[in-house]
Amino acid sequence: MQMMIEDKPPLRLRLAAMGFDSVTLLALPAVLFVLALFVYPFIYGLILSVEPKDGAVWYTNYQAFFSDPFLYGTIGKTLRLAAPVTALCVVISIPIALRVRWMRHQRLLTTILVLPITLGTVLIAEGLLNYMGPQGWLNRTLITIGLISGPLQLVHNYWGAFLGLFISIFPFTFLLTLSYVTGIEPALEQAASTLGARPWARFRHILLPLLAQGLAVNFCLSFVQAFSVFPTAVLLGAPAGSTRVISIAAYTAAYEAYDYSLASTIAMIMAAVQLVVVAIILSSRGLLYRGPMGGAKG
Amino acid sequence: MDRNPLALRLWTTSIWVLVGFFIVNLLAMIASVVVNSFGTRWFNTWLPAGFTTKWYASAWLEFQLDDILIVTFQVVGAVVLLSGLLGVLGAYALARREFPGKRLVMLLILLPLLVPPITFGIPLATLLYQLGLGSSIAGVILANLVPTVPFVILVMIPFIEQIDPRVEAAARVFGASPRQLFVHVLVPMLAPGILAALLMVLVRTIAMFELTFFTAGPSSQTLVVALYYAVYAAGVRAGQSIDAMAVIYMATTLIWLLIALRFVNPTQLVTRVKKS
Amino acid sequence: MTGVSHDFRKLRLDCVSRSFGLHNALRDVSLEVARGEFIALLGPSGCGKSTALNCLAGLLPLTGGGIWLDDTRIDRLKPEERGFGMVFQNYALFPHMSVEKNVGFGLRMQGRGKAEIDGKVAAALNLVRLDDQRHKLPGQLSGGQQQRVAIARAIVIEPSLVLMDEPLSNLDAKLRLEMRAEIRRIHNLVGSTTIYVTHDQDEALSLADRIVVMRDGMVRQVGRPDELYGRPSHADVAEFMGYRNLLRLSVTAVTEGMAEVRIEQANLRGSLIGAARTGDIAIVAIRPDDLTPRIGGPIRATVNSAEYRGRDFYGIASTGSGQELFFRSEYRVAVGEVLDLGADPQRVLVYPGEARPPVS
Repeated sequence: MQMMIEDKPPLRLRLAAMGFDSVTLLALPAVLFVLALFVYPFIYGLILSVEPKDGAVWYTNYQAFFSDPFLYGTIGKTLRLAAPVTALCVVISIPIALRVRWMRHQRLLTTILVLPITLGTVLIAEGLLNYMGPQGWLNRTLITIGLISGPLQLVHNYWGAFLGLFISIFPFTFLLTLSYVTGIEPALEQAASTLGARPWARFRHILLPLLAQGLAVNFCLSFVQAFSVFPTAVLLGAPAGSTRVISIAAYTAAYEAYDYSLASTIAMIMAAVQLVVVAIILSSRGLLYRGPMGGAKG
Repeated sequence: MDRNPLALRLWTTSIWVLVGFFIVNLLAMIASVVVNSFGTRWFNTWLPAGFTTKWYASAWLEFQLDDILIVTFQVVGAVVLLSGLLGVLGAYALARREFPGKRLVMLLILLPLLVPPITFGIPLATLLYQLGLGSSIAGVILANLVPTVPFVILVMIPFIEQIDPRVEAAARVFGASPRQLFVHVLVPMLAPGILAALLMVLVRTIAMFELTFFTAGPSSQTLVVALYYAVYAAGVRAGQSIDAMAVIYMATTLIWLLIALRFVNPTQLVTRVKKS
Repeated sequence: MTGVSHDFRKLRLDCVSRSFGLHNALRDVSLEVARGEFIALLGPSGCGKSTALNCLAGLLPLTGGGIWLDDTRIDRLKPEERGFGMVFQNYALFPHMSVEKNVGFGLRMQGRGKAEIDGKVAAALNLVRLDDQRHKLPGQLSGGQQQRVAIARAIVIEPSLVLMDEPLSNLDAKLRLEMRAEIRRIHNLVGSTTIYVTHDQDEALSLADRIVVMRDGMVRQVGRPDELYGRPSHADVAEFMGYRNLLRLSVTAVTEGMAEVRIEQANLRGSLIGAARTGDIAIVAIRPDDLTPRIGGPIRATVNSAEYRGRDFYGIASTGSGQELFFRSEYRVAVGEVLDLGADPQRVLVYPGEARPPVS
């Protein structure tokens, strides 16, 4: 018995053989950090959500959420804002990316497009309040060229939030699409054209199938941002009406009603809706081609 | 449609018009903020009646920008350093070792980037308050690290993977200790990647609204949160004053963006998740 | 649907030019190709051969000249309107389509019926011996198999012209030899006109009916493989075709078609290509294979190094004046040994000295 144990290599070597050594340990701080500040709070929020303020039944908060149109209505309102904006961003980004990839001063364009990402949603909201307001340059220009007779109401309503969100998200979506598009080997399209495929057929049979997987991922990543819309909806939209999105409900519960339990409930519902959308998109992705976008290997 | 060269040209033109329209509006939006911040009175005309710089002085005083800027730089500096340290070490381990459960660890690291910040921001804020870190700068820093540490890891993994492990083996053979290996071989080789990743963290942290908003108190506001409150309460202060603050905010992010662009391809600023 | 005639008699490139900014990738290239010919465009990288191919395919617009198929001008047509088949360097197989779908793509684009497509695809796959791989994706195939799919895809549309862009450059040496034979076999079976771009002389010599040697965007010589091998028209072509010894020597005598040049203290006889007079400086080209030690060899040289390459020894020797020569020997030579090297006058090519220095 004693012999057998001594025949085994020391624990350190056995662990190293599995891939655990001092180098692997370098990942430990980061992993612990994510566990402590992401996973634990998330679980904590989940528990908090089933422990209502005044000791009621566990599902009280969820029941409250789904029985109050002022609360459950926010899911629909958020989706009505986030889904069309994301879809529009993805769809518009495709033809533009397909053109821009051949462009010579691509870097200049991409730099301009990175601007809104850097400026962030709050500044875009403030800028658009100026620019699209009744006295703003946009309305002024439209009146001057005679397209409209009086100023359009473009802020503090659904369309204000829509445009604000579009400007915030489109650059992100576009740059992601561009990177997928430039990942497609140009020879594939050339090959298709020598085989008689015209532009639309090349897009339909070659580019689109190869892009589909990336576009699905792109939709998900853009949707995460659109779905958590907050400053845009408050500042540019109608936060009491058509753009009372789910983040506003969560914020109100936490910081105006000080009901952290309900706020956590709303956060959990938000995560669940988000996950459902991502799951739907990614499961349909299973039907699509996935693999290298180059000309096979080599 | 595509047989007709005219239709094709029309299609191409309309795409460029669309791009141009977007960019013109974007730049005009930024310009309207800048112009307003320098305007004396702007009502019902194309341009303000006159130009002045007085709003910057008043914004500085009204919004206590010196305090806010100090807090902003403290938060951003700490976030950059800590996420760099945790992220680079973690990325090195994940790039170089295969171990059971690695996929789980990768998923764990991906998740904070895939869910809206609000969903973990609210419980995290509650937790920080219970720990006595609510409204403190430390709390704001911790909250901001949640997406940035995974971000650095995901950006750095491909950078590290492209360094041939034989280079490290060679350094070892020539007698470098692990610490010397890190300092003399890995850090210089990884420097461009680390710099790029940290600049991206810097730009993103300055603009990160939600997490700071949920965890900050009156004394731990960063610039973007202060801007939000100012715009939210528009009417209380002069619009020009708010826009002066907005311009100062723009300047703080855009300087770093310009520096970042010297080292990073713009598409890299968003396409981190593609690799994973 | 696929625009141009299949029964053309000849393809004509008329002063074709293509420039990228200030760089002229192709300068006034003129060439005639008869139907059924196998033409190799041969040259070092950057000589314009791939540009020429892309211009033929319609992937690059010309900046001057024209391309004609009999009396039809085709250089303004889009690639999809030309009906040529092309095999790309990296094969460019559609990674999301099965082998069968890849091969049938061109026929589908022509709007052919399913039965017809199936029949032709099966025949093409049979031709390239891939019948049993039809349902696989390109990523699951070996390099040689991918190559065959690319060829099948290009020829199944029965193109008037097949263009091949260094199709063997990604294969290992053994497979390259196999595929070379395969390409020639398919060409003979199908009888299609083929234009084949390569930088490998052996490939061009073994495959082509005629070889077009290009350099700096210009055609330097067009000829049958044996012509190119035995009598390159210019010194730089000779160098590219493996004449490693290029010597600048002065002409001492010229007699019908032959010239004598002075090397060291002796005279070397060779075949004159072009015109030269006594006293001119000429460039003399000799293959290492043809320069051997022999009794009465006019070039006295000392061996610097020699290596055994199977049958023979190959080495470098230098003359008294320090000129280095590449030679072959049937027997073992030692470093330091002094040899009398010589070559058959038919194998010594004398070119009039040109202003242009040979490629280094």
